[in-house]
Formats: sequence, structure tokens, C-alpha cells
Amino acid sequence: MTPPMLAIRDLNVWFGEPPDRVDAVKSADISVAQGESFGLVGESGSGKSTILRAVAGLIDSWSGDLQVAGLKVRGARRDRQFFKTVQMVFQDPYASLHPRHSVDAVLSETLHLQGIGNVDQRINKLLDDVGLGRSFRFRYPHQLSGGQRQRVAIARALAAEPRLLLLDEPTSALDVSVQAEILNLLSDLRAEHDLTYLMVTHDLAVVGHMCDRIAVMQHGRLVEELPVADLRRGAAKAEYTRGLIEASGSLGATA
Amino acid sequence: MTNTMTRREWLLSDAPQTRRQARLGAFYQGWLTFRTNKLAMLGLIILILLLGMAAFAPLLAPHSPFAQDLAIRLQPPSAEHWLGTDALGRDILSRLIHGSRITLFIVGTVALIAPLIGLFIGTVAGFAGGWVDQVLMRITDIFLAFPKLILALAFVAALGPSIGNAVLALALTAWPPYARLARAETLTIRHADFIAAARLQGAGRARLLFRHIWPLCVSSLIVRVALDMAGIILSAAGLGFLGLGAQPPMPEWGAMISDGRAYILDFWWVAAMPGLAIFTVSMAFNLLGDGLRDVLDPKGGAK
Amino acid sequence: MTDAPLLSVRNLRVTFPTRQGLFQAVRGIDFDLGRERLGVVGESGSGKSMTGRSVLGLIRPPGRVEADRMEFQGQSILNLSERRMRKIRGQRISMVMQDPKFSLNPVMTVGRQITEAYRLHRRVSRADAHAKAIEMLRAVQIRDPERVMDSYPHEVSGGMGQRIMIAMMLAPDPEILIADEPTSALDVSVRNEVLSIMDNLVRDRGMGLIFISHDLNMVAQFCDRVLIMYAGRIVETLPARELHKARHPYTQGLLASLPRLDAPQDRLPVLTRQDSWRDDDLIAPRADTDLPGGL
Repeated sequence: MTPPMLAIRDLNVWFGEPPDRVDAVKSADISVAQGESFGLVGESGSGKSTILRAVAGLIDSWSGDLQVAGLKVRGARRDRQFFKTVQMVFQDPYASLHPRHSVDAVLSETLHLQGIGNVDQRINKLLDDVGLGRSFRFRYPHQLSGGQRQRVAIARALAAEPRLLLLDEPTSALDVSVQAEILNLLSDLRAEHDLTYLMVTHDLAVVGHMCDRIAVMQHGRLVEELPVADLRRGAAKAEYTRGLIEASGSLGATA
Repeated sequence: MTNTMTRREWLLSDAPQTRRQARLGAFYQGWLTFRTNKLAMLGLIILILLLGMAAFAPLLAPHSPFAQDLAIRLQPPSAEHWLGTDALGRDILSRLIHGSRITLFIVGTVALIAPLIGLFIGTVAGFAGGWVDQVLMRITDIFLAFPKLILALAFVAALGPSIGNAVLALALTAWPPYARLARAETLTIRHADFIAAARLQGAGRARLLFRHIWPLCVSSLIVRVALDMAGIILSAAGLGFLGLGAQPPMPEWGAMISDGRAYILDFWWVAAMPGLAIFTVSMAFNLLGDGLRDVLDPKGGAK
Repeated sequence: MTDAPLLSVRNLRVTFPTRQGLFQAVRGIDFDLGRERLGVVGESGSGKSMTGRSVLGLIRPPGRVEADRMEFQGQSILNLSERRMRKIRGQRISMVMQDPKFSLNPVMTVGRQITEAYRLHRRVSRADAHAKAIEMLRAVQIRDPERVMDSYPHEVSGGMGQRIMIAMMLAPDPEILIADEPTSALDVSVRNEVLSIMDNLVRDRGMGLIFISHDLNMVAQFCDRVLIMYAGRIVETLPARELHKARHPYTQGLLASLPRLDAPQDRLPVLTRQDSWRDDDLIAPRADTDLPGGL
């Protein structure tokens, strides 16, 4: 049997030292199978993004058991093999691109760091993959729209040909029409490259569209885990989940 | 296709085709912003003239800066000596022209060394955090606790008066504010998503520091340096005035004022002419700094 | 709706000079606002925020505001002097911005900010202003107003902050409230609460509301009428209830591109922008009358 792409057991993440210690995530268990798209839903401060950052190695104050593709990871140290397996797309495309680096600089640095040769061809291929095209290669972030920036960020994440993509609210800073484009792109890429997604969002309609299974978080705890089909049928068990569904008005509010 | 495009359109293109076009385009945008600031342009022109003056000093100077002629000492400005002569009968204009080389040397070296030290210490402190930050910043605080000129005086007094030592002393006293600035910038950048993204590509600390953080700190440092240039010139002149910088008979502007001090009431031009030169150049750097701020500082600048 | 509109705008244009020539953020829009809730919807860069700001005279030079008419209760408010604009802004036309974090002063207690804002517009004693502030905080359903009055902005949550902003803005009883993305910085569960509070206040006082947002469905829920803006122009005006009957391809595209829980689909329809949308004839308001039964 193949091990799950990502297995998180009893994950605790905290910030600060005891008198001011804040527990952002409390004993979370998540398992994401290979090829699956898993959604983490919650409101701000629920700890959903914190889980992603702990997995990516951007936070070192955590405890628990973390396995990526069957391999255990520890602390905040991640080796090159890890970065070849796991990549992340950030929420705000205006903050996740270096303002003084052109698209070309961003992608060639990534390829260089991943030890991938044939840079020119790879960059063109990546830009084609994310639907930007080669004419965008030498532009700076300020010459790109929000959606185009997010495409560059996705290209950067794909450069190392990872198997697990961590998506941190990848469309919440974008207009709805652009959101549709990016979500479609993500669906296509997942099919083409056989990717596994762990997606964090506050938008139930977006997870409903993108994911197979979701977990709902509140105050650092997982409240409920359910298949998206149940979410659609309104078969959520936890009261909190039902409240979220109602508040987001995604079910039948447009009628 | 490029034939139908003017050079301006090529530079301002939103879709550059090559790395070179992208770079030149970014540079041209900055130049256009800078050009709208008339005063900054004035500063730039003065500085270009100063550079030219220093480069062609032997050709421009009507007399030798060192030739003494006691028969014509302390002459007021005249057709023969446009800015008059000093106590040893040397032509003040020629000395000013040759002195521009010394001034530029001092300013240029200090402006190169001090920000580099500051940038390095500040970004390392800000990026590493923890005890490294504490140690580096306390050292910075110690340097900041002394008045700049006094500290420079102490250095020169210990190392012996000479132009090289003056430069060294000025550089060693000028870096702390840059370290502070660079650290503050680093702290705001450190947690940015693009740094996290680079870490996820496997970028090491050195790469993050030099490739990602430095380029963002450099622009505000350049602005700050340009604004500080006037202060550096004045400190250099101060050291010269106190006899701790350039040694006679070198025509350093500060030392020239010092020479003229004894006659300031009766022969005002001896001290006033180099004073005017220092004033003009300081002002030019200040104006340039203001203009550069519009171009380089992303904050507060109109898009 | 027989009385004259509160606000009447004709051919409003907002332009900014750039290196590539004049940038037209708003390109000749007309609208009237009665004692109703008017939604202004559009994507970023559509000029919706600029429209709101130009009404309050908040477009800074070198930006320019021009219009054939911009009247507030029959009085022209186009390019008023700052001194005269200040008498209107806050007192008769108020604005609630996106993020309470940036619009509340971090070093002043909430109570002081509300009372001072109120005293700027009404000559009342400190005690009366205090009483008014408490009354307003109650009106936005803050349970413990005395305690909130003494707290600083960082001590309150985002939803609470936005309610405080609304209390502050409505204290001088303005006739028009302009809300620019008032809930986009808030979580969904607080969002509805804040909206319904604002909605109730606006309705009780018979005010005019201009609700600027990118969220079509939310606007449809909370407004009477919706203007849809694209590239600086109004492409369509609709009664909010009939949003799903929208006829302009842009509006239809926007609605279709939203993922929906109740109607799963493999791919989301993507909006293909057409140049003609920039300048074509507009879909006439109340166009539903000639299409009985809708499409």
C-alpha cells in the first residue's frame, strides 16, 4: 500500500514562550492521500494557515508527527529532497514576489537552486504551462496584474516538479473572474502533473469546487472532517460547520 | 517590429523582450521621475560640473595651486586672480579647483565604505535576530553614543593626521545610522512571503541576505547617503580645519578656510571662497538626495 | 420616490495623468441616489471606489474630477473648496472604509474618537457627546458600550472595529452613507451581522446608502438597486432582486464564474473580456419591462 502523501498526527503549533504562549494549532490529525485534493476551512485565526506553514518548515515551534510521502520531517530543517516534493503558493500575489526580481530572475533562481539545468527551455515551458506565455518572461511584478502574478507564483512552485502543493488561500486576493481562471488552472495542473493539493481557504464554495474532502477548523482544533459531497448535501454534523455554510450563503442564497 | 517603435516606446514597453530591455526600461522610468524634479536636476548638474572640474583640474586651473608669491599676498578678487589670493600669494581659484579632487576623494571613499559596513551589520543583525542582533546593535549603540566629529577626532589623533586616516575615521564613525536603517528595513522584509517562498526553493541564508534582502535595502541607503554627503563634506572640512585631515600645502577646502580664519575681517574672501564651494557642493548633494528619494523610495512616491 | 434624489450625478469623469497619457478611472457615469440602498459592483480597477471618493471630494491632485452635474440635495458639491467640503463630509455624507484597522486612530480610545468626531459636527457638551456615543454603540449592538468606550482599537476584534466605525460615521445623522467594501476584511460569520446592523440603521433613518463591493451576491442581498461597473463605466443597472436576469455579458460572466456549492461543475466558466464592453451602448436601466418573464 502506498503511504499517504501527507500524514499529520497530533500536531501542535505554538507561538511565544509560556506566559504569552499562544497555541495556534492543537493536536491536529490530517491524512491526505496521493492525488487527493484536501481542503482546510476556517475563519481567520483558526490556525489553518499555520498548519501549512509548519508543514513547509516556515515555523519551528511545533510538535507531533509529520510525514511527507512516507518520510518523517523534523523541526524547521528541510532538505532539498523535501523541496522537490512539497511546494507552496501563497495568499497574496502582491507580497509573494520580490518587487525587484523579474519573472525571469524568479524562475531561473528557483531552477538553479533545485539543480535543474536547461534553464531557458524550462522557463518557457513553465510560462506556457501556467498560461502566461513567453512574452512575460522579462517583466517585473509591477508590470503584472494580480492574476498574472499568481500565475508566476504557481510557475515558481511547479518549477521543481513537486508532488504536493500547499495552497494558502490562492485566490482570496483576486477578483472573481480571475479566481475562476486560477482555479481552472489549478485543476488542469493537478490533472496533468498528478499533483496532491492541501488547500487552505475561508471560502466554502471554493473548497467545494476544488476539493474531495475537507476539514473544518475553529480555534486551532479540527472540528469536523467530511467529504465534499456531504458538504453539498448539507449533511455537516458539527454546528459550527452548519453555521459557516449558512453565513457564507453558498447554498441556495442566490435563488 | 522594432522599426515602427520609437526608442522611448521601446524603453517604456510593458512587455520587454530581453533582459537588457527590461533593465534599461526600469532605469529609464526612474530617470523620467527624477527629471521632473527641477531642483534635483540642478544638484545633478552641479555635481557633474564638479566631477568635470576634478577630472580636468590641471587644464582648468589658471595658476599652480602651490606657487607662492608673497608680493601679491591677500589680493582681493581681480581679473588676474578671479577669487583673490591667500596669505602666501597662491591663487584661490586654482586651489579650489585642485581641492575638488581631494573633496571628491574623501566623499567618495567615505560614501562607499560607511554604507557597506552599515548595510552588512544591519542586515545580518536584522536577519539573524537573537543574540547576534543584540551584540551587533549594542556595538552600534556605543558608536552612536559619541558625537561623530569627536569620535573621528579621537581616531585621527590616535592614527596620526593624514588624509587617509581622516577618511578612515569618517567612515568608521558614519556607519551606525546606516546599520540602524538597514536593520529596520530587514525586519520589515524578513517575514515577507517572497522570502518564505525563496526559502521553500531551498535558498540558504547567505543567498537570502545578498540576493533578496540587500537589493531592497540598498535603495533607501543610497538616498540616505546622498543626503548625508553634505555632512561628510562638512566633517572632512572640519577635520581639515582642525589640522587633522589634509596637511599643508594640500588645497583641501576645510584647511583653506582654517588658513583664512586669521584674516576673516580684513580679507574675507580667503575664507569665504572655499566656504562657498563647500556650501554649493553640500547643497547639490542634498538636492540630488531628495530627487533620488522620489525615484528609489517605494514608500510615499507617487506611482 | 417622488421627491428629488439625494444625490444626482451626471457624466462624472475622474482622470489621473500618467506617463502614458491621461488615465481615465471613471469615464462619464450617471446615477441618482434616493433614500435607497444602491450597490456599486465591479472588479478592481473598474472605478467603483473612485466614484465613491469623488463624491466626498477625496480625489487628490493631480487626479481630476469633472462632471456635468454632481448635486447633493440640489446643491452642487463638485470640486467644492476643502473648507466647504468639510462641512458636508462626515456630517451629511459619511464613509465607512474597508479595514477598521486603518481607519481608527490606534492611540486614542474608541470613546474619545466617537465623541470628538461627533463634536466636530455638532456643538454639544462633552457629556451629551458621551451619551450620544453610548447610544450609537448600543445601536450597533455592542453589548457593553461603557467598557468598549475605554478600550483602544487594537483591543477590539475586526467585526467590532467595523461596528464602531459605523457608529462613529452615523452619529452625526448623515443623509448619505458611502460604504466602500465595508466587510471584505471580516470573516463570513461576522460579515452578515455587520451588514444587517448597517442595513437596519440605514433603513430606520431613511438614509441613502452607496454600497461599493466586488461581491455580487452580497450586494444583491443587501441593496435595492445595483450598478455594475466595468472599465470606468456603468454597463448595467438592475433591481437587486433581478440580478440573475442580468443581460450584459459582463454581469452574466461574473455571476457564472463564481463557484457554487449547490451546483458543482468541472470547470468554471471564464470571463472573456471584449473590447466592445468598454464603449458599447449600455443596457438601459429597468430593461426588464420589455422582456416579460425574463430570459
